Amino acid sequence: MKKALMTLIPIALLYILLFVLEQILPASSMLFVVLKKGAIYSLLAVSMNLLNGFTGLFSLGHAGFMLIGAYTYAILTIPLEARPSVYQYFDGGIIQFTLPVFVAIIASGIVTAVLAYLIGLPILRLKSDYLAIATLGFAEIIRAIFQWDKLGPVTNGSNLLRSFPIFKSVLFPFTVAGLCITLIVLLINSSYGRAFKAIRDDEIAAEAMGVNLAKHKQLAFTISSFFVGIGGALLAMYQTTVQAAPFRASMTYEILLIVVIGGMGSISGSCLSSFLFIACSEWWLRFLDRVTFIGSFKVPLLASGFRKVVFSVVIMIIVLFYRQGIMGTKEFSLDALYKFFEKRSIKKHKGEDLAE
Amino acid sequence: MTENILRIENLTMQFGGVIAVNNLSLEVNKGEIVALIGPNGAGKTTAFNCVTGIYEPTNGCIYFCGKAIVCNHPRGKMKKLYVGENKGAYPKVIRNSPDKITKMGIARTFQNIRLFKNLTVFENVLIAKHMRMKQNVFTATFRLNYHEEKRVRQECLSLLEEQNLLHLKDEPASSLPYGLQRRLEIARALATEPKLLLLDEPAAGMNPQETQELAKFIVQIKDKYDLTIFLIEHHMDLVMRISDRIYVLDFGKLIAHGIPKEIQQNQRVIDAYLGVAEDA
Repeated sequence: MKKALMTLIPIALLYILLFVLEQILPASSMLFVVLKKGAIYSLLAVSMNLLNGFTGLFSLGHAGFMLIGAYTYAILTIPLEARPSVYQYFDGGIIQFTLPVFVAIIASGIVTAVLAYLIGLPILRLKSDYLAIATLGFAEIIRAIFQWDKLGPVTNGSNLLRSFPIFKSVLFPFTVAGLCITLIVLLINSSYGRAFKAIRDDEIAAEAMGVNLAKHKQLAFTISSFFVGIGGALLAMYQTTVQAAPFRASMTYEILLIVVIGGMGSISGSCLSSFLFIACSEWWLRFLDRVTFIGSFKVPLLASGFRKVVFSVVIMIIVLFYRQGIMGTKEFSLDALYKFFEKRSIKKHKGEDLAE
Repeated sequence: MTENILRIENLTMQFGGVIAVNNLSLEVNKGEIVALIGPNGAGKTTAFNCVTGIYEPTNGCIYFCGKAIVCNHPRGKMKKLYVGENKGAYPKVIRNSPDKITKMGIARTFQNIRLFKNLTVFENVLIAKHMRMKQNVFTATFRLNYHEEKRVRQECLSLLEEQNLLHLKDEPASSLPYGLQRRLEIARALATEPKLLLLDEPAAGMNPQETQELAKFIVQIKDKYDLTIFLIEHHMDLVMRISDRIYVLDFGKLIAHGIPKEIQQNQRVIDAYLGVAEDA
């Protein structure tokens, strides 16, 4: 009970802090961009971690499933009066109803999960690299299908979907993503989560202990995709428009990078690193992309695209020297933080004693 | 006639052109400790893998508690390649995945220890209980299986206590010393609530004293959990001391079987282990 309180109180404080920040700072502040996108990417990273870090299925189909989620949400929530202008090349489309926002978000999760289940039936027989290639392929297939002209009355072909309801407050993505991550944490700490970890550690032993491999892999894949779908819906709301074209493999790699930096098998690591990553890519490292002059001196190397070079170098450094990421497989908790500083101060004291 | 719990009938396992197990038939009766011995590469572990469903045998049938759990005849590519005996004896095909066979009541340990290295000792044992819990993914996530989970945790704790592993319960499995890892693997197998326990070289890498302790331990758990034990072992002192009957394999073929005394004096077994002189 005490442990539950210890985690609930900081979370409540965080939400209050967000609320206060929103009242004080102007809405255009860069901080909110980072917070909104960071919350969404946390959910996406955690759901990828469930698959890659906890179940040991190396899947790279994230962008495809995000796309399904984003499109499902957008298609289901565009108001009727806006449909003729959105679907201008397809006579207003064939879907003539609108769902409330929350229903649509859950629907986008379910649609993604169902499609993932069907895709999982054939490809979850594959292992490691082969699974990665197959999921990557499926993600591209999904993108191509959503851009297909013949499906235009539903997906609007390769044109933009817009005018659907979006969120303004930063609290919305935090609440939805927070709820989803809580559910994932509960799942991971349950008996099923243990079975997933067993599969990751040793498939043969897991099977010999009575864990049905096919069933549990399918389960992890479907559940993960459900949350990816919801993440996709949130991303659609954040972007205010949806188009299939940007959901490329590079989007999956971004999330994979977040998971690896945060630590495969650590939920809090994924959350932490997604905020860090978004803050760097959207805010702190933006100056790398701008041509800058100090006086009349042109700073070398700073030019559009240089940010990506820096990122690649960072990735290489992490993969070479810091493979377990920020958190490894550990979880963040106040207790652990306290112990960490305690140890440090003890060490310091010892050092001082020795010096004397 | 005593009731046999495991019966292997004309089991043949052929990999490409190589026959790993050749027409092996054996029986394990309820409450016995039966050993399967033989020189390296004789096909002992392959036989185990067939029983536990990891390999699908090329030909033959395996019965557990009177029910056929695995049955096969040469099919597909093997139809032409097959060089074993009893080709058409088993027209029926019965397949069970390893997890189903474990659920029926056959548990095993592995020759090269296969613990879940990143999980704690306690979690390692808990996983074995996963399949026995009445739950689905929703009740598990929302903790509606609370009573079930509590019961299982209690069972696992008492199991660990019996195995003297309780004080290590929160240690990662990989940090345990070798002997304890073996013991944990057996504890994990016991947690699946088996009727038949297959031990694949449980004494590998142990010194004589540890081996003696293991022998006592095996007899102990057999009586305590009402088990039947079928083991592969190279330590002859262990095998001779605890087993009721011994089967000897050489190059996949059964060359002898009987009580320990008979096996010790069997000329074919001695030849298989020590080799036959060239000029003899």
